[in-house]
Amino acid sequence: MKLTGSEIFIECLKKEGVKTIFALPGGVVLKIFDMLHQQKDVQVILTRHEQGAGHMAEGYAKATGKAGVCLVTSGPGMTNVITALADAYMDSVPLVCFSGQVPTSLIGNDAFQEADNVGLSRPCTKYNFLVKDVNDLAATIKEAFYIATTGRPGPVLVDIPKDVSMAKAEFVYPNSVSIRGYNPTYDGNKWQIKQAAEAIMKAKKPILYVGGGVVFSGAAQELLELAEMTQIPVDMTLMGLGAFPGEHPLSLGMMGMHGTYQANMAVHYSDLVIAVGARFDDRVTGKVSEFCPYAKIIHIDIDPTSIRKNINVDIPIVGDCKAVLRELNQILRATVNGEQKTLRKPWWDQIREWQTAHPLTYQQDADGPIKPQEVVKRLYELTKDRDPIVATDVGQHQMWAAQYFKLAKPNRWLTSGGLGTMGFGFPAAMGAQAAFPGRLVLCIAGDGSVQMNMQEMATAVVSKLPVKIIILNNRFHGMVRQWQDLFYEGRYASSYLDTTPDFVKLAEAYGAVGLRAKKVADLDAVLKEAIAVNGPVIVDVPTHPYENCYPMIPAGGCNHEMILEDPPELKKKMAGTPQVTPEDKDTILTA
Amino acid sequence: MEHIISVTVENKFGVLSRVAGLFSGRGFNIESLSVAPTLDPSMSQMTIVTSGDERIVEQIVKQLNKLIDIIKVVDLSENEFVSRETALIKVHTRMEDRAEALRIVDIFRANIIDSTPGTYTIEVTGDPKKIEAIINLLQPLGIKELTRTGRVAVAREPIRTAAAQPKKIARE
Ligand SMILES: Cc1cc2nc3c(=O)[nH]c(=O)nc-3n(C[C@H](O)[C@H](O)[C@H](O)COP(=O)(O)OP(=O)(O)OC[C@H]3O[C@@H](n4cnc5c(N)ncnc54)[C@H](O)[C@@H]3O)c2cc1C
Ligand SMILES: Cc1ncc(C[n+]2csc(CCOP(=O)(O)OP(=O)(O)O)c2C)c(N)n1
Ligand SMILES: [Mg+2]
Repeated sequence: MKLTGSEIFIECLKKEGVKTIFALPGGVVLKIFDMLHQQKDVQVILTRHEQGAGHMAEGYAKATGKAGVCLVTSGPGMTNVITALADAYMDSVPLVCFSGQVPTSLIGNDAFQEADNVGLSRPCTKYNFLVKDVNDLAATIKEAFYIATTGRPGPVLVDIPKDVSMAKAEFVYPNSVSIRGYNPTYDGNKWQIKQAAEAIMKAKKPILYVGGGVVFSGAAQELLELAEMTQIPVDMTLMGLGAFPGEHPLSLGMMGMHGTYQANMAVHYSDLVIAVGARFDDRVTGKVSEFCPYAKIIHIDIDPTSIRKNINVDIPIVGDCKAVLRELNQILRATVNGEQKTLRKPWWDQIREWQTAHPLTYQQDADGPIKPQEVVKRLYELTKDRDPIVATDVGQHQMWAAQYFKLAKPNRWLTSGGLGTMGFGFPAAMGAQAAFPGRLVLCIAGDGSVQMNMQEMATAVVSKLPVKIIILNNRFHGMVRQWQDLFYEGRYASSYLDTTPDFVKLAEAYGAVGLRAKKVADLDAVLKEAIAVNGPVIVDVPTHPYENCYPMIPAGGCNHEMILEDPPELKKKMAGTPQVTPEDKDTILTA
Repeated sequence: MEHIISVTVENKFGVLSRVAGLFSGRGFNIESLSVAPTLDPSMSQMTIVTSGDERIVEQIVKQLNKLIDIIKVVDLSENEFVSRETALIKVHTRMEDRAEALRIVDIFRANIIDSTPGTYTIEVTGDPKKIEAIINLLQPLGIKELTRTGRVAVAREPIRTAAAQPKKIARE
């Protein structure tokens, strides 16, 4: 029997096991929506903006490890989703985005709502397709899911012209895919793995540098075994958080620009860096020429282009983290003995010394303004037993969440690292919630960022996605203000937000619940109350406007040269009134 | 250093822009790029002349390999290869210059493929140095138009592909 392109689209989603898609309609995709409306297998979550749809699909993907799916219309629908595609591309998130296109006969004519979707998305997708013939549709969708989820994951766009969605073809879903130019390597080179094992056995000051690849690869168990067996300390990147239990004694926490003191000192002074599924981003390496100057480097990554892109490595291993770590563990199991522990005792003594010298700190006065770190810490303490999923926006609050919310397992951490997209957190949290309706999903947000996709509160209410947003409301683009304080002599050009909406009333306006914690003493009660609500909640927490996030390695600086606290002139500011002073507002007006 | 990279690609629409986009997006040089069909109609052959230090060229090769529509990448410069380029040069020829033009054509074993009372169109094939040389000699006559194909190249037998020859990777 022949099916229309729209029916084929739905059949393909069913074959791929897709239960939920995030979508917003328009002229050229109406046929597809009409067919979606008449079936029950695939749930459609109607978003209020296509960027929201894209980030929801990302959140869904990060939490489940499966491809997230979104559907948008041509022209403005497509341009709106581009930010999410770029975000997914940077952070290697498996995504399949379907876009509508004007009928094939009109392509290139500047037709109504026409955009060159394939051209627009080319630099921010792993691959993209324009389907010109309905007979190719099913095979194309199969390839799209295959490409998005294999190798180094990433977003794939499938552009479907209106006539293709209406034309009929026999539905045949291919069983397998074979693309001659695309053959990801999963198994690492055995000889190289042996070299790595030997280096690990000999190292006196080894460190594991763990990235997002461990999460994608589902290699957390193998990593845990490796670290425990060899007693090697673990540094995580922002994207690697959760790949190794944050409370584990071997965990040194996050590394990089806002990483912990011990994590950065350890990588700087180590003699062997074992990078697993990490891409030597400049937020981690700092000044490349002085990144871990004393170390040999082993780099395990599925993408050959990640290796030697920024940093030279001694033992490159192209392959999947899980497969490579398994092989490595097998060799090590036979060779590891008590000696490594003795060999590394001085290293661990040094690390413990660093840890006690400069732990993460902040000062919370009992009746002073609420410190943002305290909010994250309380939230963590109150929810850790419920194994929550935590999303963040971008800014200081994101870094505090990374520092203080110690995740125990992978796929619980939804954050935008590579692109650093403000507005990512809330929709990403909703996507994860759609995948796991019963789980506790938190979004630690900034007052600036959260406004970038606030419209999705309507989606959360209507689609019953009970995400809890906790806004660390410092009335500033805090991360920007911090840089202005440290590097622009405190001139607050466009970082003070002045009027932000009353977030409590805003939540209520959408039909959600709004709460506010005004004092430290209220925090626990308000957070508990929020968690108990069976529906979306905004918790507005006014925090100290001038709190800065430390440690900090200035961009291009060296990992062992961290700023650990406010310089004296800023300390004065902290001690004063927590209100934003008129002078600070004036700098904005004159900026 | 200059590298000539031979790339076998799917013969699909959009492939050229993926390759061009890769070079422009990552700030790699393209000195010339030529594309033509192969014996297998489903594939095309590109020859890309690029330059960069060892690390950049390694990235270029890896990034090209990563493109899904690219089937095979060979950095010809790692081994012996032969390369040629063709130029079509239209020169002004006054009566008294025509003999000189013919002499130059002869020296370079070039061909005259079109002739009018006031012009010759000369076809010359060779390595870039030869093409530069004939252009220099013809310039005094007055070059009206010039187009060059960009280089094409093949490895000399026996060939070892880039993939079959893992580079020794050492930290500086
Ligand atoms: C405000 C802000 C501040 C930031 N500060 C920091 C900071 O202090 N510290 C920090 O670490 N980051 C920070 N970041 C994030 C930073 O920009 C990068 O996104 C991050 O460091 C990259 O993490 P990663 O190396 O784990 O790579 P990812 O982007 O997670 O990439 C994963 C790597 O693993 C590989 N891979 C994928 N799948 C597999 C597999 N199956 N097997 C093997 N390999 C695989 C990929 O090819 C890739 O190379 C910050 C971002 C923002 C917005
Ligand atoms: C879409 C987008 N625009 C601009 C930026 C630059 N930027 C990075 S952090 C930041 C401020 C974020 O403010 P807020 O959400 O209030 O977080 P805070 O730093 O105050 O915790 C800005 C503007 C960005 N990352 N993303
Ligand atoms: Mg803020």
